[in-house]
Parts: sequence; structure tokens; C-alpha cells
Amino acid sequence: MASPYLAAALAAALALCAWPALASAHGLAGKRFFPSTLTIEDPFVADELSLPTFLHLKQPGEGDVPSSQFTNISGEFSKRIFPNLGLTLEGEWNLLDPADNRRTESGFGNLEVSLKYQFFTSAVHEAILSVAFGWEAGGTGRRKAGAESFDVFKPAILFGKGMGDLPEALRWLRPFAVTGVVEGVLPTRSGNKTFVINDNGDLEVEIEKNPNVLHWGFAVMYSLPYLQSFVKDIGLPAVINRLIPLVEIDINNPLDRGFAGKTTGTVNPGIIWAGKYFQLGLEAVVPINERTGKNVGIRGQIHFFLDDLFPTTIGRPLFKW
Amino acid sequence: MVSVRELGAAVALTALLLGAGVAWGHAFLERADPRVGSTVKAAPSQVRVWFTEALEPAFSTLEVVNQSGDRVDRGPARVDAASPVLLQVSLKPLAPGTYRVKWRVLSVDTHVTEGDFTFRVSEGR
Repeated sequence: MASPYLAAALAAALALCAWPALASAHGLAGKRFFPSTLTIEDPFVADELSLPTFLHLKQPGEGDVPSSQFTNISGEFSKRIFPNLGLTLEGEWNLLDPADNRRTESGFGNLEVSLKYQFFTSAVHEAILSVAFGWEAGGTGRRKAGAESFDVFKPAILFGKGMGDLPEALRWLRPFAVTGVVEGVLPTRSGNKTFVINDNGDLEVEIEKNPNVLHWGFAVMYSLPYLQSFVKDIGLPAVINRLIPLVEIDINNPLDRGFAGKTTGTVNPGIIWAGKYFQLGLEAVVPINERTGKNVGIRGQIHFFLDDLFPTTIGRPLFKW
Repeated sequence: MVSVRELGAAVALTALLLGAGVAWGHAFLERADPRVGSTVKAAPSQVRVWFTEALEPAFSTLEVVNQSGDRVDRGPARVDAASPVLLQVSLKPLAPGTYRVKWRVLSVDTHVTEGDFTFRVSEGR
């Protein structure tokens, strides 16, 4: 009679033959576990679900302009087609109080689809490189809730790098990691014409320009799980030892159509708690200048690791290569 | 306003997503003996590493090397029969120095994880 170990070994070997790609899932590069960041896009391809991501911002009133608030609730589902090629579907719901028409408006934003290819992974150097192409489908959301009527294309390069290859003398810095994205935000329409009747009853044409934008950002994080598991067990208690403090920088540089140089962006300090099957994240949203805003907002996220939750069904690639 | 039905659906979805019956995770290091990065006075006779998930014994390895890269364990490592999250290996007598523990494990859902850490045996007894 076969021993339980032999049976387990055969089962594992069969599983490995069937799904060899599972080994590289979940934002791992060697020893490094990259959590899913809240503000900027992740560099890795994985089966994951962010639901919900919550964002709330307030703007103070000034002169005739009343104070306003913006609330965004979004969801993102990522599915690996091949082990290193994934598709992401993203949707959002917005609440603008007030919107441009001075009324409270709410509704869905445009749907977004993106394809990402993770073309380089180094276990030794804890490094990941990937390229992505996103398509925001114009007209799929509600115009009054901020959804544009035109398509936007978003080609991007993404990276992730852990510092685990630093020399022994710098071992306390090994838990650091950085991820980042450089992305073009390319609207398919240069401007929107809006016809309005002014106070004198005359017809006016307002033209709103849609600049091409260089969007870039990066996240710097210090992983306490990495510290505990690979550098030094300093005896952190159960909840604390899964925390990853981080700061995310998110910048938009408009390039043309009258907006060149009018940079906006946010600095987002926060913390992620990474469990076995999901992670929780919370960040402050701090504007970098008055053009971006004046008040500090808040962003939160629940993120599920589908490859761990459903390893034999929706948590694995559709095709193994 | 969220209705009771919507709230119930959300709770049910969450319960489904978190259901332990369908889920296994990656096997990450939970703790080790000797502890990660520690200095011990007495040379240990074995290294034990506890993971967050049950391991597949046939595909899980644990090695201990000295500063010259020579193996100092009496491998192969074995997964504890009573506790499948525990991987352990016996050691040869260790002289004072720094030792590196290297592991590569397969959790029961075929996720592979790997890593290493050091511990030091001090001069004093």
C-alpha cells in the first residue's frame, strides 16, 4: 500500500505539471512579497480583486465658489490569461457635491480595461518589470458624474524592486521596496465643445481642452513581514508583524493644449495590513499644491488574493503559457 | 440607503470569499528556532521553521550552511507528521560563527515560496 507521503508527492507532482505557473503568482519576486498599492498601479500580474477602494476629498469654498466634496468608490478585478499576462477590469462610482452644474450628481464613471505583461522577474534581485496598455471606454459612464465621452488610452511601464540584495551591513534596509509607474494618458479628443446660454440670452461656445498627460508615481514601503522573516525576528506581535507602512507619490504632468506645466499630484502616506487571503489599506491623500487641492483626503481599500482564495479555479491562469 | 437584502448579499459574498474550505495560501515563514537574525550562546542541535501553511513534504527543502557555504545540516529536512506547517532538520555540531538557513517549500495548493535567514552562534558558552 502506498504511503501517505508517496500519495501526497504524486498529487503534488501532478498539480505542478498541471499548473506550474502558480508558483510565480501573488506579487512575489524571490523572497519579496509586493502588496497591492492603493494609489498607483501594481507592477505584477496576479489574480486579485480590489473591492472596494474608497476615496473621499473635500475642497474648501472660496469667493463665489462653494465648498465641495468628492467621493469615489471603485472596484478592480484582475485575471491572469497566461502566467505573465493579465487583464484588468475596473469600474467606479462617483459622487460630486456639487458638480459643475452646481447640483449634487452621482453615477458610474467610465469602464476601464487594461492588459499587462510582466516580462521580467528576478528572484535574486527581487525585481519586476512590466508593460501595460489601458483603455478607458468613453461614454460608458455618466457624463454629469464626471465620465468623459471620449476614449483615453494609457500605455505604461511599471517596475518593482526590493532591497533584499543589499549587503549585510545594510540589512536593516532590506525590508525596503519601491514600485512605480510611468504612464501616458492620451485622450482621443483634443477638446470638448459645450453650448450654453449666457445671462444675456446669447449662445456661447465653451471649449474644454483635454491635454495629453504624463502620469507617474512610485511607492516606497518598509515590510515588517520581510523584517521578521528574513532579517531579524524582533518579536513583533501578531497583527503588527503583517504591517507594511508606505508612502505613495502620484503626479500628473499635463504636456500640451494650454495645460503644460500645470502639475497636480498627491502624497499618500499610509499603511497596509497583509493577511493570508486579503489585505487592508488606508492612506491619507495630501495635495502637493493648491492646484490639486487644499484639504487632506482619505483612501481605503480591501484587496483579495484570488490565487490563494481559489487556487484551483478562478485563482489560476486560464492558460499555462 | 443600503437595504437589509443588499447588506445580506455583501455579508454572504464576504463569507464566500473568506471561506476557509476553499482557500489555502502561500506558505510564508511564521517563526523559526533559532530565531531569525538571532545570536545564540549554545549551538542548536536542529533548526525548526514554522510556516503559515501546511507543506508538501516531497517538495519542501531546508538547508543550513556555514560562512564558507558548506552544509552543516544532517539533511534531508522533514515535515513534522503531527504539524505539517513545521519543517525541521538536524545539525552537525556547530562551531561559533554565522550560519545561513535556506528554505524552499511547496504549500498544499502548489504555491512555491523560498527564503533564507541567518543566525549566529556566539563564542561564549
